[in-house]
Amino acid sequence: MSATDAVIPASTGAAAPASGDDLVTVDDLVVHFPITSGIVFRHKIGAVRAVDGISFTVKRGETLGLVGESGCGKSTTGMAILHLEKPTAGHVLYEGADLASLSGRALRRQRRRMQMIFQDPYASLNGRMTIADIVGEPLLVHKLYPRSGRNQRVRELLELVGINPNTLNRYPHEFSGGQRQRIGIARALAVEPNFIVCDEPISALDVSIRAQIINLLLELQREFGLTYLFIAHDLSVVRHISDRVAVMYLGKMVELAENAVLYGEPVHPYTQALLSAVPIPDPEAEENRRAVVLQGDVPSPADPPPGCHFHTRCPAAQEGLCNVEPPVLREVRPRHWASCHLVTNTDFPHIRAGEDDLAVVATGPVMGDASAATVVHTDALDAAGENDHGDV
Amino acid sequence: MAFVPPHDPFAAGEVAARERAVDIVVDESMASQAGVMWSPDAAIIAHKGTWHEVWERFRKDKFAVMGLVVIGILVFVAVTAPWIAPHDPTTQYDEGLTMKGMPVGSSSKFLLGTDTLGRDLLSRLMYGARVSLVIGVMANGLALILGVIFGLTAGFFRGSTETAIMRATDVMMAFPIYLLAVALVAVLKPSLWILIFVIGFVYWTPMTRVIHGEVLSIREKEFVAAARLTGCSNMRILYRHILPHLVAPIIVYTSLGIATTVLFEATLSYIGLGVQPPTPSWGQMISDGQNYYRSAPHLVIYPGLCIMLTVLAFNMVGDGLRDAFDPQQRRR
Repeated sequence: MSATDAVIPASTGAAAPASGDDLVTVDDLVVHFPITSGIVFRHKIGAVRAVDGISFTVKRGETLGLVGESGCGKSTTGMAILHLEKPTAGHVLYEGADLASLSGRALRRQRRRMQMIFQDPYASLNGRMTIADIVGEPLLVHKLYPRSGRNQRVRELLELVGINPNTLNRYPHEFSGGQRQRIGIARALAVEPNFIVCDEPISALDVSIRAQIINLLLELQREFGLTYLFIAHDLSVVRHISDRVAVMYLGKMVELAENAVLYGEPVHPYTQALLSAVPIPDPEAEENRRAVVLQGDVPSPADPPPGCHFHTRCPAAQEGLCNVEPPVLREVRPRHWASCHLVTNTDFPHIRAGEDDLAVVATGPVMGDASAATVVHTDALDAAGENDHGDV
Repeated sequence: MAFVPPHDPFAAGEVAARERAVDIVVDESMASQAGVMWSPDAAIIAHKGTWHEVWERFRKDKFAVMGLVVIGILVFVAVTAPWIAPHDPTTQYDEGLTMKGMPVGSSSKFLLGTDTLGRDLLSRLMYGARVSLVIGVMANGLALILGVIFGLTAGFFRGSTETAIMRATDVMMAFPIYLLAVALVAVLKPSLWILIFVIGFVYWTPMTRVIHGEVLSIREKEFVAAARLTGCSNMRILYRHILPHLVAPIIVYTSLGIATTVLFEATLSYIGLGVQPPTPSWGQMISDGQNYYRSAPHLVIYPGLCIMLTVLAFNMVGDGLRDAFDPQQRRR
């Protein structure tokens, strides 16, 4: 991960201004997967609450980072926004229009504006189609170019993402992972979308290729004014690319703030624990870095704990409050939302005060029981189980 | 379908390795200078078509090519039987029987000897190839069409459609198919078309199951989601994105199916419910000759060999095609 940091040039994303108007509005989105029993007469015996009521907006032209542990529902959120997964409840508004009310042809037309870059470049390209067919299919389906112009357009798109246009009659298996991801990006761009969900677009790639893909995404954003929802579990990458960052835990959104604020002054105990686990590319600082290690495992989304989903592992959880009352996502200060009973509008408990002050581990004044958090050196852990990019 | 990482140097042949070397050059140069230093190799390789590539891979498989040659000969013989057969298959020759009424062995007039009624065995085998191939291909085609339609529908649309189709398949498979076929043929009076219909009808279930299973796994792949996102309709996703991935199982099961169908036809003919005499069919020839297997073993051996060769040839071609179609696992 430190290699990634070394390759990626200084942050550019954080400075980009958000133009203000909302492109995508997610309103109390719920995605439950039913658990059924019985072969002939299926009946529902429960549900995996992959996404359990989240709301946020994505502003035009910004990059919203969405981070969280594996299985917290961030990918499902991305799928549901694009209606690849039908939401159980809630709405997704794109430029104010509800996608759920559309179907068939109208939905397909609307989807032109919203595309996705997938995690696994090996699974996301149809191995039986040539590159020309893969990138050209959106053009064909939407009848964007006449037959003669289509080929030219495909070549342009390939060149745009850095693929030799002369290879357009080749098959995906003849390309490397990074090249395939570029082809996937070219396909997404073919329909000239405004909004792209990047579902862990680099976690399946070689570390040496990641920076190239990230830079390509940033270049394309500048050139076409794209809006990204960038889903990842690599905190340093999200920090590099995002304007705002949202943190999810077990189907709920726990914190949402501007990049610098979230990384500098996280207020939610989960965000604090998550950030304290990021290694620092400076040996001395890394030596002194201490991490809050959360106890136990993530509870099953099929049976989330009552109250705050995080209370079972929270170092600051208060008996009688956190395990009873589910917290709501509140704006604790301007443009900074958090979902925690212990964070009030006047009091922001920090683990670390600023970027350079990483060695400090302390529980905030209102965090009563600190014994649940173990403080250890970080040799043994690399981002607290967040490093599962081998999951292809 | 096993996945082989494209960079595995041991899985790749020389040509592939060279192609990959080109790729790496592309990889290194792509970030900054897209479109500048492309190897001319790339463009040349790129312009060969899919079918050409499949053929290139297929012809490297010796057994498959042998199978194809055998099938080619069979088809040629079946088509040209009226012209190349030395005798009429139904004419009973006086000189085709010995004084005691036994079939004669091979001679210059009857190359493979005669059968129990003094008919030329070689000519009968040639005409028998027609019956076997027509039934093999047509019955299997019917089973294939039914299986693919049902399997695709069940796997892709899920829900109650899936339940209905797959439970019907289960019920169908619970029937003893020989008994069912015998009963159907007996009721409907045996003829070529009835045989095709009955065999096709009892054999659609394995194909349905295979296709259903494959579709279930393919429809969850990311490229299907990508296709949906780019605005493809269900029909287009089925046709362009899912069906091409079914080519390998369809071909393998068709080849196996033709082999099985040829055997099935032989079996039905053997018990007298196949194509009716005097039209020759291999199974019926074995049945006719089995009482003479000691004195005239050629009556059983030659049709048996024909059945075996046909079955073997279709199996080998199917295997070869499967490997040729699936570049990712072409080197076993």
